[in-house]
Amino acid sequence: MKTLVVYLMSGPKTPELAAAAVAGGADVIELGFPFSDPLADGPVIRRAAERALGQGMRTRACLDCVARSRELLPETPLVPMTYAALLEAYGWDRFARDAQSAGATSLIVADLPVDVRPELRRVQLVAPTSTDERLRIAAEHTDGWLYLVALTGTTGARADASPALAGLAGRARAVTDVPLYVGFGISTPEQAQAAAELTDGIVVGSRPVEVAEEGAEALRRYVRTLRDAVDSVVAV
Amino acid sequence: MTSTPGLYGTYGGRYVPETLIPALDELEAGWRAAQTDKSFRAELDELGRNFGGRPTPLTRAERFAPGKRLYLKREDLLHTGAHKLNNALGQAVLARRLGKSRIVAETGAGQHGVATATVCARFGLECVVYMGEEDMRRQRPNVERMNLLGAEVRPVDFGTRTLKEATSEAIRDWITNVETTHYLIGSCVGPAPYPEIVHELQAVIGREARAQFLQAETRLPEVVVACVGGGSNAIGIFAGFIDDAEVRLVGVEAAEAASLGTGNPAVLHGARSSVLSDEDGQISDAHSISAGLDYPGVGPEHAWLRDSGRADYVSATDEEALDAFLELTRLEGIIPALEPAHALARARELDAELVLVCLSGRGDKDLAEVLAR
Ligand SMILES: Cc1ncc(COP(=O)(O)O)c(C=O)c1O
Repeated sequence: MKTLVVYLMSGPKTPELAAAAVAGGADVIELGFPFSDPLADGPVIRRAAERALGQGMRTRACLDCVARSRELLPETPLVPMTYAALLEAYGWDRFARDAQSAGATSLIVADLPVDVRPELRRVQLVAPTSTDERLRIAAEHTDGWLYLVALTGTTGARADASPALAGLAGRARAVTDVPLYVGFGISTPEQAQAAAELTDGIVVGSRPVEVAEEGAEALRRYVRTLRDAVDSVVAV
Repeated sequence: MTSTPGLYGTYGGRYVPETLIPALDELEAGWRAAQTDKSFRAELDELGRNFGGRPTPLTRAERFAPGKRLYLKREDLLHTGAHKLNNALGQAVLARRLGKSRIVAETGAGQHGVATATVCARFGLECVVYMGEEDMRRQRPNVERMNLLGAEVRPVDFGTRTLKEATSEAIRDWITNVETTHYLIGSCVGPAPYPEIVHELQAVIGREARAQFLQAETRLPEVVVACVGGGSNAIGIFAGFIDDAEVRLVGVEAAEAASLGTGNPAVLHGARSSVLSDEDGQISDAHSISAGLDYPGVGPEHAWLRDSGRADYVSATDEEALDAFLELTRLEGIIPALEPAHALARARELDAELVLVCLSGRGDKDLAEVLAR
């Protein structure tokens, strides 16, 4: 079975949305902690972050959002995804500790390459530009799975599948046995299926953030189409 | 200067998505190779002289500062009208050595955008400049110059609509087009090795100014003053005097964009520095009449110079800068940009006789903004 990871921006209604995504077939939920200047994000998540900050979703409120999601979803891995600025202000160790006690499973920091603060346990990201040596070091340090950034670019839906993914997945597979989940640019069931064929799982972000605007039921139905697409891939 | 490469005390570093790390490594290697290559230095010197108009003069401002011996380092007379060309020329030569055919940049006042568009025209490079819509409004002439020079100016219509968002968008473009593109950052900010590269390329200001001041006065200045946005003209002129312990270094920030005066340690645009930010690390809005100082961050080396006590940082309000702008114009026949007008405002009242001010740029771009007041 391939793993389906769904990203949602933290907000007042996010715990219920996360539960709907899991009901639709999500295996892992990433919870965005908004930052005012998100360099790795395209317009959809950038705007969602602006809205969330406008609703008061500061670090403390985001940690509460993790805790409330944990109550609704006792079994689902919950992974905060954020930027270094929030940890710098909150305190690096304190952030990791408080996230864990709120129920977080791990952590993703979009602007923290593996050689910066290597002691912070987190899911490492690698990109098509990463050298084989960097892939190996990231895989060695990563917490549970390796996040393959499918393309050189920011988050956001793309019309076509990334031509860079096959090469990256092959190079990563050659240096590590950790699960490889791929994200960035995946929004349709067709893209989900194609990406799942090359990896152990997929991460979908901008489109669920948009669909979540239409409510929990719309999100559940959308995630179900991804689940079905991913399940149609025969494990190799 | 640096203890660990890329670090200034606890400031600096590389807080960027993994996608950019190999490009930063490549840039760093290219930069190290260029520095040990005599032909790089020679090419830059030649371009500075015959294209840029270096050395720029040192001018005594006797009527503006009676009772003092106050000198202006005239970067306003550099080609394109500001110190920004020193950096743009150097990075363009570097980009060509790295085999990059496309340049992206951010701009606030438009001076860095114009300098970048100029060097791209000169070297036949594709050029895209991101600029906040608010800055496009208040620095209109520079938008027109960039267009004429063949650059594409992309408006940034969200957030503060100023330099902070333009910088974020330029970095996002770079992440997307990193294989072909060099990011020509406009100040001594950003991830390592940019702060060091920009420092070295602007250090020509301080090298010339020190020799010129010695020639004029047979002594060093007591104080060196420069405005601080990202901090590149300041670091460039400070560089000439940093080892002269008796020379005071004073940076002047805009009062409502005082990253060093009222900021906190925070991460912005790839580096840890002193940044206008709240207790959660979210970046606050800056405000200044001068687009070039209207930025919540500052180069990491300045944060370190502040903490170490080697440099002092003060501020000037919009009104004080406007007064200095008008007085230099009326009393010396030199129309300064609004950015260095902040430095002029503080320089006059310093308790020192021998003063050197970096006049980082000329004020043509600011006429509409000043006349509207
Ligand atoms: C004339 C002039 N001076 C100063 C600045 C501020 O930049 P920095 O602090 O990097 O010198 C600018 C920026 O646009 C400028 O145009």
